[in-house]
Amino acid sequence: MLDVRTCASLSEAAGILSGDRQAMLIGGGTLVMRDVNEGRLTEGTLVRVTDPAYRQMSVSGARVELGAGVTMAMVLASRELAYLHAPARGIGGPAIRTMATIGGNLFAATPYGDFTVALLALDAQVVLQAGYGSGRAMPLEDFLAGRERGGQGLVTAVQFSRPQNPSELFFRKIARVKPKGISVLSIAAHLPSSSGRVAQARVAYGAMAPLPMRARGVERVLEGKALDQPAIQAAKQAALEGCRPATDAIASEWYRREILPVHLGRLLAGEPR
Amino acid sequence: MAKLPVQFRLNGSDRATFVDPSSNLLDTLRRGLGDFAPKYGCGQGTCGVCTVLVDGEPQLSCLTLAVTCEGKQIETASGMADGPNLQPLQEAFMDHFAAQCGFCTPGMLTAARALLARNPNPTRDEVVEAISGNICRCTGYEPIIAAILTAASAPGARRA
Amino acid sequence: MATMEMRKEIFADERDDNLNVIGKGVQRQDMPGHVTARTRFFDDHAFDGMLHLKVVRSPHHHARIRSIDVSAAERAPGVKRVLRGADVPVNKNTLLSLINFGKDDEPTLAVSKVSYKGEPVVAVIADSEAQALAARKLVRVEYEQLAPVFDVEEALKPGAPVVNETYPGNYFEYHQRFDHQKLRFGDVERAFAQADMVIEERYQMSPIEHAPTETNGSIAAPEHNDRYVVHSCAQGLFFSLGTTAKIVDLESNRLHFIGGTVGGGFGGKVDSLTEPLAVLGAMLTGRPVRYVLDREEEMLYGSPRGAERIYVKDGLMRDGRIVARSIRSYFDAGAYTRLSSYAAIKCTAHLPGPYWIPNVSSDVYVSYTNRCPSTAMRGFGVTAVDFALEVQMDRLAEAANMDPMEFRILNAYRDGDMKAHRRVAKNTALIECVQVAADRANWPLSEQARRASSLGGGAGERSQIPATQLDARGQIGRPDSRSGPPTQVLPPGTMRIPLSKQPIMDGARDGRATPTQVPRYEPQPVAPPPMPAYQPGSQAYQPPPAYAPPPAYQPAPSYQPPPAPPAPPPAAPSQHGAVRFSTVFGTRRR
Repeated sequence: MLDVRTCASLSEAAGILSGDRQAMLIGGGTLVMRDVNEGRLTEGTLVRVTDPAYRQMSVSGARVELGAGVTMAMVLASRELAYLHAPARGIGGPAIRTMATIGGNLFAATPYGDFTVALLALDAQVVLQAGYGSGRAMPLEDFLAGRERGGQGLVTAVQFSRPQNPSELFFRKIARVKPKGISVLSIAAHLPSSSGRVAQARVAYGAMAPLPMRARGVERVLEGKALDQPAIQAAKQAALEGCRPATDAIASEWYRREILPVHLGRLLAGEPR
Repeated sequence: MAKLPVQFRLNGSDRATFVDPSSNLLDTLRRGLGDFAPKYGCGQGTCGVCTVLVDGEPQLSCLTLAVTCEGKQIETASGMADGPNLQPLQEAFMDHFAAQCGFCTPGMLTAARALLARNPNPTRDEVVEAISGNICRCTGYEPIIAAILTAASAPGARRA
Repeated sequence: MATMEMRKEIFADERDDNLNVIGKGVQRQDMPGHVTARTRFFDDHAFDGMLHLKVVRSPHHHARIRSIDVSAAERAPGVKRVLRGADVPVNKNTLLSLINFGKDDEPTLAVSKVSYKGEPVVAVIADSEAQALAARKLVRVEYEQLAPVFDVEEALKPGAPVVNETYPGNYFEYHQRFDHQKLRFGDVERAFAQADMVIEERYQMSPIEHAPTETNGSIAAPEHNDRYVVHSCAQGLFFSLGTTAKIVDLESNRLHFIGGTVGGGFGGKVDSLTEPLAVLGAMLTGRPVRYVLDREEEMLYGSPRGAERIYVKDGLMRDGRIVARSIRSYFDAGAYTRLSSYAAIKCTAHLPGPYWIPNVSSDVYVSYTNRCPSTAMRGFGVTAVDFALEVQMDRLAEAANMDPMEFRILNAYRDGDMKAHRRVAKNTALIECVQVAADRANWPLSEQARRASSLGGGAGERSQIPATQLDARGQIGRPDSRSGPPTQVLPPGTMRIPLSKQPIMDGARDGRATPTQVPRYEPQPVAPPPMPAYQPGSQAYQPPPAYAPPPAYQPAPSYQPPPAPPAPPPAAPSQHGAVRFSTVFGTRRR
């Protein structure tokens, strides 16, 4: 049967997770409780963290750090994080957002995990704590690549540089159900501009591969360009580079491939969905 | 596995019960405490029929571990009416025929209540967003949206 | 301009003319319960010592069960009982057996093979839901996979995997011998040959899940006086009671079903998916047993509206008249019959749509495939074919270079028209509906279309029954005649073909040939008989009057006049318990 351990400190939780292969962290519960309710998870220990540090946000400096237990509702309540409101609002309805955490979103299986796509575009780092040691930062992309293997330790926070101009972070979630449904795909793009030209573009997709992915082809063709018609055309042509979308209950692989360049083009051109 | 005690305030009354460690709040309310207002619809956070307020915020009780509710304020739709007196929101649901089978209604009322507590004068878009996690298979939503907008403009609506 | 009117003269003697609620809001009686959350659904009942039942389901579409090992599950914590097929008193049922329609074909728990992914195999009953879920993982079932068939037409081909041993041809056997529902009116082949255009299209509809917010479920508990109380989500409470009584082999007065509050049904709660096992669990444990589908079970294994494939072939004249319509349609029943047999009857009764067409033929099949069994859903049997027919109507209008609204007005049934089922159309109103719809949509109609009326232009020639082609040997719908050409002609004016008043017990089921039956028929009455006043019991089968060939009739060369049927028995009040023949359900006992 399942047991629950409540940990007052992050290091205690990290210690249990390192020492017990059947231990699993429960954040907001939106992923783990589904497996409990449907009988997939019947053995082991659910580890719960009540450490205030787990839900801490430092948002005013140049380097932003969000505790892994910060919820989507907390992001939406923060004026300083306005640039992340669109991806946070894309997660579920209000009740889900009261519960769902940033840390949990890093583990959400495709086609879920839209907030992580925005974090990829911000070039975020994941802070991991293994055992009772201190935390170490790892690029989000590397973390995702090793996610299925597990055993990387407890995710305690994510960090990223605050966008200098918040209006340069774009996010689109494409769903068939209005006002919202599960992603057909999502796109996040951080397009800092320097004297009218894109510098260090970061573009990421959700649901276009088994994991949230960076769109390196798009980043490459946009680098150093003004966001004009030819550049957008080139970006659309490079849009599908590296994509491996799935056919699932939400959309077919074909459909995802067809619509991605269209929505990327609209996002870059500042057109509505 | 030993059961764990849990105590919280449910619709204004102190309640205590024993739960399995992995019990969710939904089962605890329904089978432990006999409050059948929140329903089971999916167990996976898709339908919203189990929505309750935890410390005033909407939460899905099927995805909430019961033991995490120790000491909290839980409110369900069965605590909305004051004796025979209905809240404006409940009356508006009646007037607008905002329920057919009635299964989603407790969750809808709770989601709407959370919205109106925070935002007494919502726009239509805000109402739609507030119930976007609640599925209704009968009404097509329009009567529900109309009811919530009516309740928001009713005198005394702030009580909701 | 067409206006809305209430046709109060219809059924005037059957009701008081005091209807006064139209146009007013009248509060639903259940609304106060809904808004105060006091409405009690099946699961909103507390029982001390309630047990929870979870089902082990087949992971394969089609497989033989080699072995089932429940020993570890029986020893698991909290487990009170594990049920297998052998524990179910009557482990084969078909829903409509309550009205003697169809053969028992579906087990409650699979014994020797599984025919769809998700088919229940073993039930685990434990103190808590979590314990039942944990123990469910310990049940070991060994399967030998079999080739599945998923396509309705592939399933009917010789050599296709047999989905459902009760129906080895993979089709539902109507009247225990026919592989489909057939409708013949006039001569479509000759009409196609004479038509200006022939347009044939294929239409398909996927299965549709009802997705009620409340999943299927029930709670059964031992009650005083040796009865069991059952809180059920069933849409047809007494249908479910009868089904459960049969499966658990109890007198129905020992079951006390409570329901009526259904958390969304839409047709998906008529199958008694949970009640029999919940009651059986309560009988065997002496404790209340709750069996509720989780959402995944509801979506994947709660029966959907069945898929359909429909071929429509129409003969069209340049002036827009449809002169022939031929339909071949396949219902995907999934692995078991449930209500698909009835869906095909409804479909046939609906053809050729609300249009007067002088030559009609249809063959509607119910096909078994290794998919989840399908069931009722809002207009099932009619919805998909209506989609097909109306899309087809738009295509025909385009081919005839006509406005689609005017095209429908031109071809609509009018009062007095003869329908393909040899019934006279009455109270028709499609023309008026189209006129109102066009008006509301600001859709321009010609003066002629605006003046058209359902009350005029019908009857006369349009009320005649044409000479009608039959299939080979006069056998309608024998499997071996599926592709055979027509060889016989029913004379004009023929009303119906009584198959036989004797129960037919043999047929394709046991592989024996059925003796050739010569169809008997009766002429259309010259004038419609006066409507008799309603009498209890008078709706039962009325024997047809003796056959008398109409004067114009000349036998076709190959046609052998049938022997005159025996003189009908004198009309007598129907007797309770007599075997009756129904053209819909075949023989049935009243």
